Amino acid sequence: MSIAPPLALLAELTHRCPLRCAYCSNPLELDLASRELDTETWKEVFTQAAEMGILQVHFSGGEPTARKDLEALVAHASAADLYVNLITSGVLLSQARVEALAKAGLAHVQLGFQDSDAETGEWMSGFAGGHAKKLEVAGLVRQPRLALTVNVVVHRHNVERVPQMIDMAIELGAHRVEIANVQYYGWGLHNRAALMPTRQQLEEMTKFVESSRERLKGVIVIDYVIPDYYARYPKSCMGGWARRFMNVSPNGKALPCHAAETIPGLRFDNVRDRPLAEIWAHGEAFNAYRAPDWLPEECRSCDRREIDWGGCRCQAFALTGDAANMDPVCRYSPFNEKVRALAEQDAATGEDTLVYRTFQGA
Amino acid sequence: MTGRTIVTASSCPALPKHVRLRMDEQRGRWVILAPERVLMPDEIAVEILQRCDGKATVDGIAAALAEEFDAPQEEIREDIIGVLQNLADKGFLTA
Repeated sequence: MSIAPPLALLAELTHRCPLRCAYCSNPLELDLASRELDTETWKEVFTQAAEMGILQVHFSGGEPTARKDLEALVAHASAADLYVNLITSGVLLSQARVEALAKAGLAHVQLGFQDSDAETGEWMSGFAGGHAKKLEVAGLVRQPRLALTVNVVVHRHNVERVPQMIDMAIELGAHRVEIANVQYYGWGLHNRAALMPTRQQLEEMTKFVESSRERLKGVIVIDYVIPDYYARYPKSCMGGWARRFMNVSPNGKALPCHAAETIPGLRFDNVRDRPLAEIWAHGEAFNAYRAPDWLPEECRSCDRREIDWGGCRCQAFALTGDAANMDPVCRYSPFNEKVRALAEQDAATGEDTLVYRTFQGA
Repeated sequence: MTGRTIVTASSCPALPKHVRLRMDEQRGRWVILAPERVLMPDEIAVEILQRCDGKATVDGIAAALAEEFDAPQEEIREDIIGVLQNLADKGFLTA
């Protein structure tokens, strides 16, 4: 059977970023600027992506606007008929740059906030003045009528402001707001004790988000991502390993997801050496856990196997020591009790010391 | 803050700039591309959306489709409103 092409490419253009968010999902060992793919190689990646049937590209990072060639890359991807999303912290954007990106064919901007409150937000990002700059950039994005999503990352220290976060997104003219609880990968996993909300906080937040969705129907779309240690079932991570998404890291490694390098023993191809379509179909890392041919053993007879595909391989490795286990946030996992206990212990620590993201590693 | 867009028989629906209906040659089907979303509309939705040019009314589209598919216009209008209201609530349609 031939393998259906991915829907979207996550292009992590760079790991450079002026922010140092303690929940960053980038790996602890960041790619140096000197090893980043050059403009022409990225363009070739986008040409190949469109040819193989990829429909969207998400420019991400690090901070993708740290790349001076971003406009050229957006123009190239857009001319190849790819739908271009930009995922940005906004702090490096000027009006001229936003206009140039819109002209280059950018369709949508996802603007990341750390909070609705400047002080706590800037404590999390380690970047003074960031919040005011983001508010300004949201206005710049709406001028050329680019679609705007406001993403706010939620954790134990700001969870009580979810109502203000949603109000902020509406005031900024966003079409969609993502209330995105920290996912525990990379720096987020490292700082888990300082970030994990309590179960009670989660329950109150969920209740509020659900009622807001009803109240704000047609006004703003609310996407909600929970801290899945408390979930009953795992998330459909990446829509299933090697089924929907392909990720290219700053130095050109093709990954099934941005955290895949945390799984030991997987070998990743580089887009400098091998065509994208070939990596997708035959790359060792992509085929290691591709559903439905591969599923964790216990998941094969489960009714939910085509809903969550056994959850997240990286989380299975991080919490059970074996990436081939079912995602332990699933209530059917033998590790599930341990995971819930971990979350509850972390949430109760009162820890408020953050380890900020840095190129020196954790 | 703008209110919810309600699609009625006299609405003139259109896809905003950030929502694109296009033929996907690789998969041999129409797709809707929206912010971080790919939708796979069924054939009826495609017929409707191809006529959403910001000028035609829902009634006008219903009349055209009723003739083309030899079906009762009333019923078709209700189907159209259902499809379009759903898209409008996701922020994928203006009317």
